[in-house]
Amino acid sequence: MALGVSKKEKIDGLADTAGVSLAASAWKRLKRSPVFLIGATIIGIFVVLSVLAPWLAPHDPADKMLIEQVVKARNEIPPAQPGHLLGGDLQGRDFFSRLLVGSQQTLIVGVGATLIGLTGGLILGTLAGAIGGWVDSIVMRLVDVMLSLPSLLLAFSIAAMFARPSQFTVILAVAIVQIPVFARLLRGSMLAQRHSDHVLAATALGVKKGAIVFRHMLPNSLSPVIVQSTLVLATAIIEAAALSFLGLGNPDDRIPEWGQMLGDVQNVFDTHPHLAAWPAVCIIIVALGFTLMGETLREALDPKNRR
Amino acid sequence: MLRYTIRRLVQLVGVVLVLSLLLFAWMRSLPGGPVSALLGERATPESREALTKQLGLDQPIFVQYFKFLGRAASGDFGVSTGVQPGDSALDIFLQRFPATIELSFFAIVIAIAVGVPLGYLAAKRRGGWFDNFSVIGSLIGVAVPVFFLAYVLKDVASDALGLPSFGRQGDIDATRVTGFFTLDGLLTGEFDATLDALEHLILPAIALATIPFAVIFRITRAAVLDVLDEDFVRTAESKGLTAPVIRRRHVLRNSMLPVVTTIGLQTGALLSGAVLTEKVFVIPGVGQALAIGFERRDYPVLLLLIIMATIVYVVVNLLVDLSYALIDPRIRTR
Repeated sequence: MALGVSKKEKIDGLADTAGVSLAASAWKRLKRSPVFLIGATIIGIFVVLSVLAPWLAPHDPADKMLIEQVVKARNEIPPAQPGHLLGGDLQGRDFFSRLLVGSQQTLIVGVGATLIGLTGGLILGTLAGAIGGWVDSIVMRLVDVMLSLPSLLLAFSIAAMFARPSQFTVILAVAIVQIPVFARLLRGSMLAQRHSDHVLAATALGVKKGAIVFRHMLPNSLSPVIVQSTLVLATAIIEAAALSFLGLGNPDDRIPEWGQMLGDVQNVFDTHPHLAAWPAVCIIIVALGFTLMGETLREALDPKNRR
Repeated sequence: MLRYTIRRLVQLVGVVLVLSLLLFAWMRSLPGGPVSALLGERATPESREALTKQLGLDQPIFVQYFKFLGRAASGDFGVSTGVQPGDSALDIFLQRFPATIELSFFAIVIAIAVGVPLGYLAAKRRGGWFDNFSVIGSLIGVAVPVFFLAYVLKDVASDALGLPSFGRQGDIDATRVTGFFTLDGLLTGEFDATLDALEHLILPAIALATIPFAVIFRITRAAVLDVLDEDFVRTAESKGLTAPVIRRRHVLRNSMLPVVTTIGLQTGALLSGAVLTEKVFVIPGVGQALAIGFERRDYPVLLLLIIMATIVYVVVNLLVDLSYALIDPRIRTR
């Protein structure tokens, strides 16, 4: 996809590719891609907000300070009022503060799930691709079984395994689903490099096998992994919301997370739509930001686009 | 071709066996386990022990697994504890399967009918506002949580369009033949029943279609872009062939292979999305049973439905692989 990288820019890029590393030329093109900049800006703001959220939030997100304004019988919740920009939620907690602090847990879910999935996939993929033989067979059969289950369904099943769901089990369920995807990606790129010239040269120079794998093969496999990670950051956040929606999410809502906020208000969707709409819009914007970054990265890192 | 099909089917049996073993071990390793599920937490130790013996849970796990396989071979997958307590898991699956197939079918038809032409047009107008607009639109489509969109359609669009906000339930007075609401009406001549069923299906199908639509759109666009650059398209143009002929015979046919693969892979998204969509629209399908099963931890039903979902997913992808030969004659000769 030519997301914001025009043909003219590609032609301009032709002249200066000689002697420039893939990363450097990719960065050069990314800097000029408006789509990448939009994605990066969204994510930049999101990360800054989530780090500073505890200081920026006007109230404690767990404090039921407006509880006397909640009338269960008449289905009333605190409306917007001075000091409470978006009113309160079903338990009389300041909704704006919850939304703001929610960004932090959302970032933790996204990054945590991606890191665990990436690490698992890195280990399995490197083992399979670098050692080969029966290790490869076993790992890839395991990957096949995991991939033969629809991914979200697998995440649901894993989440249902835990007797006491928590933020960590949500992260784990979303992460495990990503392991086979990363593993297959890395194995493929390892296999492709096994007989390539730079590996052959290193072997001929007597470089140890471990060093070849970690210094020569792994760094060359990283660009598809980086792209995939960026995209997984988006899906992890969306899938965590789906888990909460099915009652498989973190039941402890003192420290809010957007997916949990969205999933937990399903029964009042028709009466208080804003309680769902705000976290949903936040999730959509952040997921879109990660996706825009991922797609433009994919394009920029694709050697075909260098030519 | 036949050998290839057989090999894939044997692989499927292997996958199902491994998966059933994993799921079985998972069910048995759960805290409490089926005894607590059936007797409740406050049962006496004596009654627990008796039931443990009766269910054969005191035997080694592999013995239990083989017994389970034996029972499964005769269609006995256990009794539901949460979805429809007391009903056999297999009956629950069979009752609910048609509704999910129907929903998924309409969703994928919508996704293809909108995604492929849109992808083609976007590729033809590469870089134009139509292209950029639809690419961004498809990216937003992926970013929206399916169940949120389903709620928006249910609460907002159903009012605006005068469409029912719930799925068709089983207890209607139309004659049932196949279990498919839309098909039954056509078969028995009760066309108003078919129309009614379609009205109930349209909003959930649109909600479920968003993810496959976005993916199909992007793959079509990328595939058409690749093909448009090919020499044979330029040759066809220079031969003086008309635009519709080039589009049909040269561009679309050659760009369909990745699109068909994607459609197969989207079955997975449909099955997972059905869990969320059916829950929102209260459609009595397999997805709803899974959603309730997860909530109430109904393990016999979950085990069967997850295995069935896997079989459907793998078989659809096998059919997709086989269909390559129909699209691309070069694959036939291999």
